[in-house]
Amino acid sequence: MTTLTDPPKDQFRLSMLLYDTRYRSATIQVIALIAFMLLAAWLISNTAQNLAALGKPIDFGFFKEPASYDINQRLLDYTSRDSHLRAALIGLLNTLVVAVLGCATATVVGIFVGVLRLSHNWLIARLMTVYVEMFRNVPVLLWIVFIMAILIETLPAPRAFRGADAEASMLLGDSVALTNRGVYIPEPLFSRGLGDLHFLGESSLRFNVSLDLVAVLIVLAVGFWVSHIIKKRADRLQEETGVRPATWYLRLGVVLVPLLILLAILGFHLGYPELKGFNFSGGTHLRNSLIALWLALSLYTAAFIAEIVRAGIMAISKGQTEAASALGLRPNRVMGLVILPQALRVIVPPLISQYLNLTKNSSLAIAVGYMDITGTLGGITMNQTGRELECVLLLMLVYLVISLTISAVMNWYNESVKLKER
Amino acid sequence: MSKQIAYVRTEMLPQQAPPSTSVGAIGWMRANLFSGWLNTAITLVSLLVILTIAVEILPWVLSPTWGGTSLNECRELLAAADHGSGACWGVIRERWIQLLFGFYPPELYWRPILAFVLLALALAPILFADKVPAKLLVFSAAYPFIFPWLLWGGMIWGPLAAAAGFVLGAIAYRVVSGAFSSLLGVIAGVVVALLWWLLLSGFITGLLDSILPIGLEPVESRKFGGFMLSITIGVVAIACSLPLGIVLALGRQSDLMIVKYLCVGFIEFIRGVPLITLLFVASTLLNIFMPPGTNFDIILRVLIMVTLFASAYMAEVIRGGLAALPKGQYEGADSLGLNYWQAQRLIIMPQALKISIPGIVSTFIGVFKDTTLVSIIGLLDPLGLSNAIRADANWNGIVWELYGFIALIFFFFCFGMSRYSMYLERKLQTGHR
Repeated sequence: MTTLTDPPKDQFRLSMLLYDTRYRSATIQVIALIAFMLLAAWLISNTAQNLAALGKPIDFGFFKEPASYDINQRLLDYTSRDSHLRAALIGLLNTLVVAVLGCATATVVGIFVGVLRLSHNWLIARLMTVYVEMFRNVPVLLWIVFIMAILIETLPAPRAFRGADAEASMLLGDSVALTNRGVYIPEPLFSRGLGDLHFLGESSLRFNVSLDLVAVLIVLAVGFWVSHIIKKRADRLQEETGVRPATWYLRLGVVLVPLLILLAILGFHLGYPELKGFNFSGGTHLRNSLIALWLALSLYTAAFIAEIVRAGIMAISKGQTEAASALGLRPNRVMGLVILPQALRVIVPPLISQYLNLTKNSSLAIAVGYMDITGTLGGITMNQTGRELECVLLLMLVYLVISLTISAVMNWYNESVKLKER
Repeated sequence: MSKQIAYVRTEMLPQQAPPSTSVGAIGWMRANLFSGWLNTAITLVSLLVILTIAVEILPWVLSPTWGGTSLNECRELLAAADHGSGACWGVIRERWIQLLFGFYPPELYWRPILAFVLLALALAPILFADKVPAKLLVFSAAYPFIFPWLLWGGMIWGPLAAAAGFVLGAIAYRVVSGAFSSLLGVIAGVVVALLWWLLLSGFITGLLDSILPIGLEPVESRKFGGFMLSITIGVVAIACSLPLGIVLALGRQSDLMIVKYLCVGFIEFIRGVPLITLLFVASTLLNIFMPPGTNFDIILRVLIMVTLFASAYMAEVIRGGLAALPKGQYEGADSLGLNYWQAQRLIIMPQALKISIPGIVSTFIGVFKDTTLVSIIGLLDPLGLSNAIRADANWNGIVWELYGFIALIFFFFCFGMSRYSMYLERKLQTGHR
């Protein structure tokens, strides 16, 4: 059977651009493109005219000028004489710090709450429901300022720790101090340390890498690698003989023993915070702003993650559990081998978007004065230099890059746990 | 001698009541609270937590300070009642109206109240379609023009002229599509409406304003505040973002490559940046992007950016609904000979929107909560007002009462919305999945 299409009899007419489906899509696309370019051109020409009228052409030279403001919570060295670029870098690192801390805490709390909401214990399930509804239905900004207020108003001032019979005392064997100026925790110190490596000299992007940390990480990585090899070998033996050799002490040993030896060689000890005068010194000082932001973002996002985890577990049909039990698996093996791998596939994609949300919400740091990238580049730098266009566009670009990176990494992970359909 | 059977029961025993430990309150508690050592421990710990919180919070909440007119007076009241520490509820009694309306002129409070009552009326035929007569939909269509007029005031001719554009466009569409084709009708409708808005309406409005000055007293944007501002931003952003989101989602799903990539680019850009940067754009940059000399209202600028923000999220939610629809629905629509828009309107969208209801409502809730961010760019939403109230010497030092009150109202709205979404899901559930 042959199919005949009408041979194009007529000449091309202009109306065919609209009515002929062969050309219509092209017409629509060309119109859309022209409209978009006109809009863009209109915006750009407006901007150019306005900037010319204001007398500030686009110029990123302000990045080299001294920032002349302080950033109290920072990972790298910084003084107010450093440039705006340096300040933005410190801010970016602060954003990443709170995002990583927040994501980790939110995941742990979220899984915990999500599982407890499914508990057979009526009371704890209701309690967790109250937690979830309470955090989901109140704005995160309110939680941030609320927790900040709790930290400032209810914790004791450092001077309350003074004297023989002080009103407040430090926790965990005098190692952690919770004060209304922030939390002081012990810091890791090395008495026979290897020193630091300095990169990029005196430029704004200079940074130091602690060789001690590098050594610890290398030893840990090697330990985990060897442990992985031992696991592989045990798997192979189990495949061949049906008997799995006990390897947990070996696997623990190859990770821990070299690490402990290395720490002993480097002279590892903790530097405890001590009350000197009216304030604590020594140890690591975590400011209230960081703690409030971290806690609020984690607890808020955890409520959403809990719902995701609950939905993921409930999405696995009961037949899977029953089949696994029928095969003779114990309850925790059922969870680990059957339920969780399937639930993860449901859980991971929405989890990614929660991580993205947390990272973007970390920009609310500006409300409690934590100097993240929004507080430095989009806050003080913008106000001091008056370069709104450059600062805001750059700020958006930074967040866009962070977001796209997170979603790329997590999508890659999602691909790896995805059902391999044949 | 036959074997003697000592005892044979000839009738059934009456059924015995179940053991008292497995029924009633005790049975329920054994099953749900104390079914094992772990559960018992969890129950006891939870009870301890609840008790601790109750013991800490309740006396604080039940403090006899309703009549206080300043923080000091509250403290005196507490001391007089020998109550220990307690909340200072006087601040809520004195300022709750400000937290609701901001600095809106008190003699004009009837306008926002009327606007929100009418909002409920306009939403009723949409939200509870089976219980409210459909004729009210005419009012719903007119409401977008009544709402800004009531809130901002001014002459009635401006909103009327804006509405007239739609009417003229519709008439042009009717006439041209009847005479020629529906495509030309759409083009004619759009052109007529644009011509009206851009060229004629300004002149005619000015003329009518001078001839027949009917209007309400105008209220400046900077007097807006409190929950009125939050609800205004939330409602406008929610209402505008749904159609925009549908268009963006269709664009992202479309076969037209350029349209598709424009939509993808827009959606991913907006979703990749925090709302606060978009609000910075609203507060600092939007005037730079507009023709020189334009200087439009800060609330309008915020509304534009929040709407764009919400529409990107909405587009993703609706795209999820579109993707979840079985391919047979698209093919079925094609085989009936429906064209693209007919298929979307009659077959695809009703189902896709139904699937995406939970996502749409949670986007709504998210947008409403995110309206608190405008306090960072200096608008007086409830959170911004709480700072303003604390700046008053009488109330300096008040923290918990204000935050608690604001949180409670937000909770009320958001929780209500999520319950409504559950109701809607149940109602639209057609049973076959």
